[in-house]
Amino acid sequence: MTTDTAPETRTAALDLESIRADFPALHQEVHGRPLVYLDNAATTQKPRAVIDAVRTFYERDCSNVHRGVHLLSQRATVAYENARSTIKSHLGAADSREIVFTRSTTEGINLVASSFVRPRLAKGDEILISAMEHHSNIVPWQLLCDEVGAKLRVIAIDDDGDIILEEYERLLSDRTKIVAIVHVSNALGTVNPVRQMVEMAHARGVPVLVDGAQAVPHLGVDVRELDCDFYVFSAHKVYGPTGIGALYGKREHLLEMVPYQGGGDMILSVTFAKTQFNEPPHRFEAGTPNIEGAIGLAAALDYVNRLGIDAVAAHESELLGEATAAILDIPGVRLVGSARHRASALGFVMKGIHPHDIGTILDSEGVAVRAGHHCAQPVMARYGVSATVRASFALYNSAREIDALVHGLHKVREVFG
Amino acid sequence: MSDMRELYQEIILDHNKRPRNCYVMDCATRSADGHNPLCGDVVKVYLRIEDGVIEEISFQGDGCAICTASTSIMTESVKGKKVEEARELFEEFHEMLTGVAEEQGVEFGKLQVFEGVREYPVRVKCATLAWHTLNAAMDDGDESVTTE
Repeated sequence: MTTDTAPETRTAALDLESIRADFPALHQEVHGRPLVYLDNAATTQKPRAVIDAVRTFYERDCSNVHRGVHLLSQRATVAYENARSTIKSHLGAADSREIVFTRSTTEGINLVASSFVRPRLAKGDEILISAMEHHSNIVPWQLLCDEVGAKLRVIAIDDDGDIILEEYERLLSDRTKIVAIVHVSNALGTVNPVRQMVEMAHARGVPVLVDGAQAVPHLGVDVRELDCDFYVFSAHKVYGPTGIGALYGKREHLLEMVPYQGGGDMILSVTFAKTQFNEPPHRFEAGTPNIEGAIGLAAALDYVNRLGIDAVAAHESELLGEATAAILDIPGVRLVGSARHRASALGFVMKGIHPHDIGTILDSEGVAVRAGHHCAQPVMARYGVSATVRASFALYNSAREIDALVHGLHKVREVFG
Repeated sequence: MSDMRELYQEIILDHNKRPRNCYVMDCATRSADGHNPLCGDVVKVYLRIEDGVIEEISFQGDGCAICTASTSIMTESVKGKKVEEARELFEEFHEMLTGVAEEQGVEFGKLQVFEGVREYPVRVKCATLAWHTLNAAMDDGDESVTTE
């Protein structure tokens, strides 16, 4: 356990005090206590750089993209396409045309389900997911399976929250049309061996989609090294705005895929007889996009890259290790998710005390956590609980905030005797 | 901390730990399921109604302390009451929690301990799930109700 005298900065590479100064929302009191924000897996706070980027767009460059001959439209288009290029570099993709802007991770998965998987899915085929998926990587596949008469197969996980790779190997077959797997579990914190899982799928010619919503904020991601076919994430979990996300897709796949939605910007020419679709990625971006969102996302990735994702990962890993040890010292606490390799999220329950009551009491102490099923009800069922408490760490969290969490959990025990 | 004691009063903690009338009723004339999809709380309310009077009431469920205690205390509060009286009591209880009505001298008895929930708008549904479910059971609805 840490003590009150623990220094704010333990990782030499991160200057925590100056980082925290970058995030205006962190400096407020809730219920008369300093805010301790540990709900980062739900959404992260935004640095001044992101807020300023969005504000600058509205105050100076506000215009539509890809169509104006005037200066503001050119500026907006350049900023929007530069944002695409920033994402390409951040994910290690080869080509900006492999990056499609979406509303969210959820929309990215739905897009792949509709435009890539549906046309190649027949009755009796199978889609393979894991038992630790977020609802967003379950429901789109269920809908598709119901429509086509295909089958959703689920890879089991063990008691610690690790994928059982033998099960995965056993379930992969000629009938498998796609594997859709979470990179980092939002409920358990498990970091999955995605590279190995992609290799196993590719050995059978099966493409793989990776849900990176909880990975991009916490790990260095290189889509070419992973060799995945699709990678999806959301901006708001990596310090960017809500309502914007991105899909990486291998160029060879995107070129073959049918449009997701019809509308402006995704066409080359339209007559009532026939429409010629635009090239990827624009083929998949119908309508005026979330321009300020894209710009805000790029600013967020730039911010993370200035600090260095490896330094961020090291800092968060240290926090997670300390927090895990500290809460296990509290009588009655049980971890839900103790995989070998975890990132950011710490899920737990307390004997005889419901997570919502814990959440309310922590809130009264200024500590914001998530209490509930985390949009992963099958995960809760797997561990025989209806809900858990989840503390999730971000680059701006400190050892003092772990102390506040532990202090709050002792208050919970006091209230409940 | 004192705020938390106002929310989690002794009587609430007691009913959470040892809920009253918590059993499956084999001879129930009516029952209904309630569910709060936001947090996953579930409750099933059983009734034996004779001549418009709630002769027996019990429940089974899984929820937070507020939800469990509210359900337990509700069963004690409406047992022996006429169906209409139970409905009226819910209306008054709901008004107390949402602050719609000023004090009108309503006698809440033990239910008064939930007054503190008013300060926690996200928890109001925890306290009212059981009552919504009771209403559904009294309506003889087979469909489950949700707080949404």
